[in-house]
Amino acid sequence: MQYQVPEPKRTASRILKQEEVESKVLIQVKDLNFYYGTRLALKNVSMDIPACGVVALIGPSGCGKSTLLRTFNRMNDLIAKTKVEGEILIDGVNIYDKDTDVVSLRRQVGMVFQKSTPFPKTIYDNIAYGLRLIGVKDKHILESVVEKCLRRAALWEEVKDSLHRSALSLSGGQQQRLCIARALAVNPKILLMDEPCSALDPIATSRIEELMEDLKKEYTILIVTHNMQQAARVSDKTAFIMQGELVEFNITSNFFTNPSNKLTEDYITGRFG
Amino acid sequence: MIKNPYFRERIAFTLLFIATAIVVLPVICILFFIVKEGWHAISWEFLSQMPRKGMREGGIFPAIVGTLYLVFGTLVFALPLGILSAIYLSEYAKDNFLTRMVKLAIINLAGVPSVVYGLFGLGIFVVFLKFGSSLLAGSMTLAIMVLPIIITTTREALDSVPQSFRQVSYSLGVSKWDTIRHVVLPHALPGILTGMILAVSRAAGETAPILFTVAAFYLPRLPKSIFDQAMALPYHLYVISTQVPNIKLEVRYGTALVLLMIVLSLNLIAIIVRAHFRKKRKW
Ligand SMILES: Nc1ncnc2c1ncn2[C@@H]1O[C@H](COP(=O)(O)OP(=O)(O)O)[C@@H](O)[C@H]1O
Ligand SMILES: [Mg+2]
Repeated sequence: MQYQVPEPKRTASRILKQEEVESKVLIQVKDLNFYYGTRLALKNVSMDIPACGVVALIGPSGCGKSTLLRTFNRMNDLIAKTKVEGEILIDGVNIYDKDTDVVSLRRQVGMVFQKSTPFPKTIYDNIAYGLRLIGVKDKHILESVVEKCLRRAALWEEVKDSLHRSALSLSGGQQQRLCIARALAVNPKILLMDEPCSALDPIATSRIEELMEDLKKEYTILIVTHNMQQAARVSDKTAFIMQGELVEFNITSNFFTNPSNKLTEDYITGRFG
Repeated sequence: MIKNPYFRERIAFTLLFIATAIVVLPVICILFFIVKEGWHAISWEFLSQMPRKGMREGGIFPAIVGTLYLVFGTLVFALPLGILSAIYLSEYAKDNFLTRMVKLAIINLAGVPSVVYGLFGLGIFVVFLKFGSSLLAGSMTLAIMVLPIIITTTREALDSVPQSFRQVSYSLGVSKWDTIRHVVLPHALPGILTGMILAVSRAAGETAPILFTVAAFYLPRLPKSIFDQAMALPYHLYVISTQVPNIKLEVRYGTALVLLMIVLSLNLIAIIVRAHFRKKRKW
């Protein structure tokens, strides 16, 4: 297995063709139904998600945001008695195909969890973990990836002198950035974030938001948030879900200023939820 | 009723303290008694010599060696088997009727009297597989006896590893088996070692399972192979306490003391190893 060090992909041509890049569809969700046992948790969801940029998923709690997010890296497979109908295409390939290799899918689609969960290992080992297990043994590669990912996650300056300290000695905000760095280390192209800031104070939250602003140039980010201001601040497109149904999926500026659906309007003006 | 919360606090404290003292006291008494009666018998000769004159003189060297061999042999069979099947049961087995029956059976096996294991070992290993009365048969019998202990403690240790660690590992594109090896097992290791400590104590101390499967009444030499019989401390203690008249009391207590010391020092080693692994976790 050939591992390539994730390089920032900001080439001149990339920046020039920004509009073109944004218009390219990376993920296609087609008629997705999702069941917990017999309970239908996602109903007929279809959406086209462009490459690069931030998509925010909002909606009242229990509406299925996390469930939808977990369908993209098939983490729902780990829950017993679940069923998926429909398709999700990433780069044109259906990830629910019979012969999908889930393990390599999850390397393409990284995830950051609501509660930061560093392993009880050193900062260095946390980030090197995923790499080591795809067979990267070379110390120089590991060191350079660890540094690169920590820089990408805006954590390097704070921890560069203590890479071999326990990851649990970091603050909550630092731990969450460590988890982002750890996810980046296996070189995904999509990053799923499930309420990554819900346990953080405002300062730590704004650091993560700045970081997303930076990361979206290279990664496609899907973020679940219960905070509408956050969705408005960080996202390019916003999806509103209610009771398992995709109500509206729109460019964020339109979404909040000129929603096309009455339900969306009621939700963002705080009439329910 | 006494209304004063201060007094109620005192009464609760006193009751709890007395309960604990009642539990601890007999242990201390036994230890004190065995050490007091036995330590006169302990000498280099006692520890390193073969028994002589119908075990009334000489040492208990072959019984010490036999017990160590048996403990080692037990772990050789029981640890891999127990840990692997615990991993299967906790991490892989589907939660269905059959699995639940297996789990229940394992828990119940821990309650089977040890003499039943002895008879089972006699039937299967000594007679049917024709191992004869041997270290091999004895180790395997003891291994079966301690398997439920190892499986149960290992499963508890595995179940106590936070689910979130597994999820993070899967989300990084790590396979299930790699996740178990690199996240779950290291985290569960101290707990697994606790099971090993319990298994060692049990294997070193039991008489009934080795009675028919390995233990020699009087064998003033060391076993030559795994198909050889051996003396063992618990059985030796039983023999000199009941079958050999006119033996000095301090020899009996001395033997008990040696058995106790062996179990305690094996436990101590395991506890030190466990503490080491706990420290290596970067909390
Ligand atoms: N593991 C599960 N088993 C059964 N039902 C679940 C499970 N997880 C979530 N659900 C149900 O699916 C619905 C959507 O949940 P979720 O996606 O977590 O909502 P959200 O993230 O929007 O708050 C909820 O009604 C919830 O009760
Ligand atoms: Mg959720």
